[in-house]
Amino acid sequence: MANPTLSSTVTPGTPGTGAVRSKSQMKRHNRYVIAPLVLIGVNVVLFLVFFVWPGALGLIYSFTDYRGVGKLNFIGLANFQKLFADSTFYAALSRTFLYTVFSVPLVYISSLGIAALLVSKATRGRTAAKVIIFLPWLISPIVVGVIWKWMFGQDFGFVNFVISTLGGSPVPWSSNGNLALMVVIFASAWGGTAFNMLLFIAALKNIPEALLEAAELDGANAWQRFRHVTLPGIAPTSFMVILLSTIHAMKEFAMIQALTNGGPGTENTLIVQYIYKTGFEQSKVGYASAASMVLMVVLLAIALIQLRFNKKKG
Amino acid sequence: MATAANLPPAVAEESALGAEKAAAGTAKRNNREGRTKLSAPLTGVLWLIVAIYALPLLWFVLSSFKPGSELFSYPLSMIPREWTFQGFVDAWERVDFARYFLNTATVALVTTVLTVFFSACTGYALAKYNNKGTRLFFVCILATTMLPTEVILNPTFSVIRDLGLYNSLAGIIVPSVLTATGVFMFRQFFLTVPDDLLHSARIDGASELAIFFRIMLPLSKPILFTLAIFSFQWRWNDYIWPLIVLNDPKWYTLQVALRSIVGAENIDWPVLLGASVISILPLVLVFAVFQKYVLNADVSAGLKD
Repeated sequence: MANPTLSSTVTPGTPGTGAVRSKSQMKRHNRYVIAPLVLIGVNVVLFLVFFVWPGALGLIYSFTDYRGVGKLNFIGLANFQKLFADSTFYAALSRTFLYTVFSVPLVYISSLGIAALLVSKATRGRTAAKVIIFLPWLISPIVVGVIWKWMFGQDFGFVNFVISTLGGSPVPWSSNGNLALMVVIFASAWGGTAFNMLLFIAALKNIPEALLEAAELDGANAWQRFRHVTLPGIAPTSFMVILLSTIHAMKEFAMIQALTNGGPGTENTLIVQYIYKTGFEQSKVGYASAASMVLMVVLLAIALIQLRFNKKKG
Repeated sequence: MATAANLPPAVAEESALGAEKAAAGTAKRNNREGRTKLSAPLTGVLWLIVAIYALPLLWFVLSSFKPGSELFSYPLSMIPREWTFQGFVDAWERVDFARYFLNTATVALVTTVLTVFFSACTGYALAKYNNKGTRLFFVCILATTMLPTEVILNPTFSVIRDLGLYNSLAGIIVPSVLTATGVFMFRQFFLTVPDDLLHSARIDGASELAIFFRIMLPLSKPILFTLAIFSFQWRWNDYIWPLIVLNDPKWYTLQVALRSIVGAENIDWPVLLGASVISILPLVLVFAVFQKYVLNADVSAGLKD
């Protein structure tokens, strides 16, 4: 090729210098434009129909009092004004933040810790351990909710049975709002560890052994080696895991539907469930769309903040 | 080693390995002594964690073999005192689970085939053709990760309804075909395939699409399998799309059906336990057969950008 610096991507139809483009070059140029178009065609259509269309529609809905049928009636910013004065909306939003603030670090620490144990040459039975810890990945959020509801049942659950056998009094796992949220957080960590653990295992294996040995020779203890060699080495993966888990936590829905259904009462209704309830059960489509737009802005803000933070560190 | 040549190959290899191991052993003795000291406690910690992760699932699966009367009778016992399959039978027959099972399998299989194929096409185009169109579409795909379905529930419902897909399995399948992760996984893979291969095929006169189908697609087999398993799991366990698209119980998927059992005023626990365990089985089977494509896959490949 004439231009070896562009080896990572093919530059299609680089025109011959100076000369007028020949017919065959034009033909080749077309070929390089048409072929990728054919290849991405279906996904472009799907993108337009299932992302751009509903996205635009959602934005339009948020300025109307649409209720699922009839004509769109624009009411300006009224939905947003009402939303920012709505205490149940704030409750859902703040509960979602609380959930995210606890569940993301828990997922991060457990998946990184387990990954480190599974990569360390000192532990025995690593393959079996990896498979068992990975099993929750196979289980759907709905069934994760069912499993933890069964474990932490207030009157019949395994955990309360063990507590009362040990002489304690049964804990109100489902009638106390904070305890109920705690169970949800545990369940999310249990279900979310497996995949992130895989990401960390791949990252940890990429850290050159020589670096760790050099640090050891220089007298760094295990913690110092982890803090100053391993952690910087896996920073990109850490960033990715935190970003993905944060977005995942912000839109948690199915697991809670099965586990507590937002209970006790509506105390632990998270934002997506709030949107679903107002949008579908009460069919306040316009109002729910306004709440969706707020959630979208929050998600974007989180992504931008983390991206910035990541760049600064890098 | 002089004798190695005379030995059968396997033995020779073993002895060579042994020699290597011994050499490595002396070099790293200090290191290894430190590790053996730590080995027992670290292994203990690891297996304690394994036990904590296994317990909820173990308790759940064992409970599903208990008769309804034993589920709530104190003292609870880990192992069922009386084993029964009644919960599974009831779930399968009384709750019409066979139908939900078939619906879910249809959705998961069809979507997976389509997702893998179109992700491969798109990922290849994004990796090997660099023009304004592909660059723009790459950004678009990136944007979809920021706009999850959960954020646009109502408008998505309107779109599904206007397209006439409401209350049909196609309404779950078609929108789920495009996934950013799938496209990124293939793009990342095809970036590592040398362009020389493409050039020489072009010089030989192969058409662009023939290059993709005859050379590139077969090369990407490992990614193909990995994404297939991922996609199957996503679709089998999906809840939000079936929830908004399906209304008629005859089209329900497993997840929606399970949710309707657990959301009932009085939960029928024996049926719920049996139904849940049945719903997990196919994935466990798939995982048991193809686990190397999941556990050994560099899953970060697609998510890195």
